[in-house]
Amino acid sequence: MTSIDTERTVSLTVNGVPREARVPVRRVLADALRDDLGLTGTHVGCAHGVCGSCTVLVDGEPVRSCLVLAVQVQGAAVTTVEGLARDDHRGGQVLHPVQEAFRECHALQCGFCTPGFLVTIAAGLEARDAAEEITEEEVDELVGGNLCRCTGYTNIKKAVRHAAATMREDAR
Amino acid sequence: MKPPPFRYADPGSVDEALDVLAAEGDGAKVLAGGQSLLPLLAMRLAAPATLVDVNRVPGLDRVEASAGGVRVGALVRHAGLLRDTAAAEVQPLLARATADVAHPAIRNRGTTVGSIAHADPSGELTAVLALTGGSVTVARPSGRAEVGWRDLFVGPLETSLSGPAVVVDAFFPALAERSGTAFAEIARRKGDYAVCGAAVVVTLDEDRRVAAVRAAYLSVGPVPEVHDLTEAVAGKPVDSADWAAAGALARTLVDPDTDLHATADYRRLLVGVLTERTLAEAAAEAAGRTAA
Ligand SMILES: Cc1cc2nc3c(=O)[nH]c(=O)nc-3n(C[C@H](O)[C@H](O)[C@H](O)COP(=O)(O)OP(=O)(O)OC[C@H]3O[C@@H](n4cnc5c(N)ncnc54)[C@H](O)[C@@H]3O)c2cc1C
Ligand code: FES
Ligand code: FES
Repeated sequence: MTSIDTERTVSLTVNGVPREARVPVRRVLADALRDDLGLTGTHVGCAHGVCGSCTVLVDGEPVRSCLVLAVQVQGAAVTTVEGLARDDHRGGQVLHPVQEAFRECHALQCGFCTPGFLVTIAAGLEARDAAEEITEEEVDELVGGNLCRCTGYTNIKKAVRHAAATMREDAR
Repeated sequence: MKPPPFRYADPGSVDEALDVLAAEGDGAKVLAGGQSLLPLLAMRLAAPATLVDVNRVPGLDRVEASAGGVRVGALVRHAGLLRDTAAAEVQPLLARATADVAHPAIRNRGTTVGSIAHADPSGELTAVLALTGGSVTVARPSGRAEVGWRDLFVGPLETSLSGPAVVVDAFFPALAERSGTAFAEIARRKGDYAVCGAAVVVTLDEDRRVAAVRAAYLSVGPVPEVHDLTEAVAGKPVDSADWAAAGALARTLVDPDTDLHATADYRRLLVGVLTERTLAEAAAEAAGRTAA
């Protein structure tokens, strides 16, 4: 018999750490991350898929965490903005090249949209061949699904090019 | 807002899903990619009593491309279909239209079949199903049946499916010999729902003269429709056919509505422009596929 539930316990890996939460089945992943797991880096803007601020990686792919139920990520690996920085092998952490580029290019003002952009762009840049120079079309596609009400996008696009260039250097 | 309360099941087979749908009655809904259903819940435009999540059902995530066409399983994501080169070869319109569906993050979850079951007249794949003369396979407690696109779409966001039913796949017939297709849409931003869009197919005869021209539009009526534009260009050599005349004919055949995004007149204008543009592209492809 298939069980029909109003509440479930979900086990998943978040940023490499096994986590578990008891959630009502209607709870979306974004709220579970923020309220049940205390990871408030993921922001919720529109709550219906339009703005992209809640974007996280599920098994490596960017998804809207406001349009996935927490119970649907049972067993999955989730990466949030808190998980983008990397181990520097000296006991500390280094920012992801996209995070560095956002700082360098002044690609944020209020910062509300930033986690969604960072996660989307990081995954997009990692999925492409770093040795190839990035095209304007690719840049547009990478930022086109996220809304920013502050920056006017110019510096965000600059940051994408900057991060792609860094990753290109690193790939040599 | 948050989705209203519901009950949730994630059955492991189509039969189990049908059992739950039958037991839960009219308040139960299938949940696939959730990229249309969850926004409806969040906006409180829908409040199903039970969601029957089919994401755990094995075997539904396959794309099967054969000489006859492309069969797309119910759990194939937009992104997956976009990556499938065999499918793009058999029916090139699939990838061309899917590239304009939403944004990458939404394409990673949303399914081709879900967008057809959702029956949005602004959707790309509903128009493609219609233009290609496609169908869906519907599983019910009584067994499986093919339902053609004409019998499927009955109104905006409304299909003929009622009672316990799971769409297990969608079938898009192959691009015919000596034919070419094209797709174009106008949206406020790339990835937004189209204000107007056109999917077309041009077929030539052995002498490279225009034999058939058909078009389907997005966001111009309550359900997808296929318009035959052949008479405007019939028998003309492919290099000198007057595609603008076909565009003009198309404008007389459609009956778009005015809404927040565009007036009916503007949409009719776009139908003409997009028809002319896409037909020229499709004709070039058809010519390339027809021996001189
Ligand atoms: C910001 C945004 C922009 C978008 N832009 C576009 C766009 O430009 N073009 C476009 O076409 N779409 C767009 N979409 C919608 C997206 O394509 C959805 O993926 C698609 O419409 C529904 O597929 P789904 O798998 O997510 O279905 P769900 O949301 O899970 O379901 C949608 C409906 O179909 C039913 N259903 C789904 N699968 C089945 C099945 N196998 N059997 C029976 N019933 C089923 C459900 O019960 C529900 O009623 C957009 C979505 C968002 C959030
Ligand atoms: S909060 Fe998820 S897309 Fe806006
Ligand atoms: S920095 Fe304020 S919304 Fe983007």
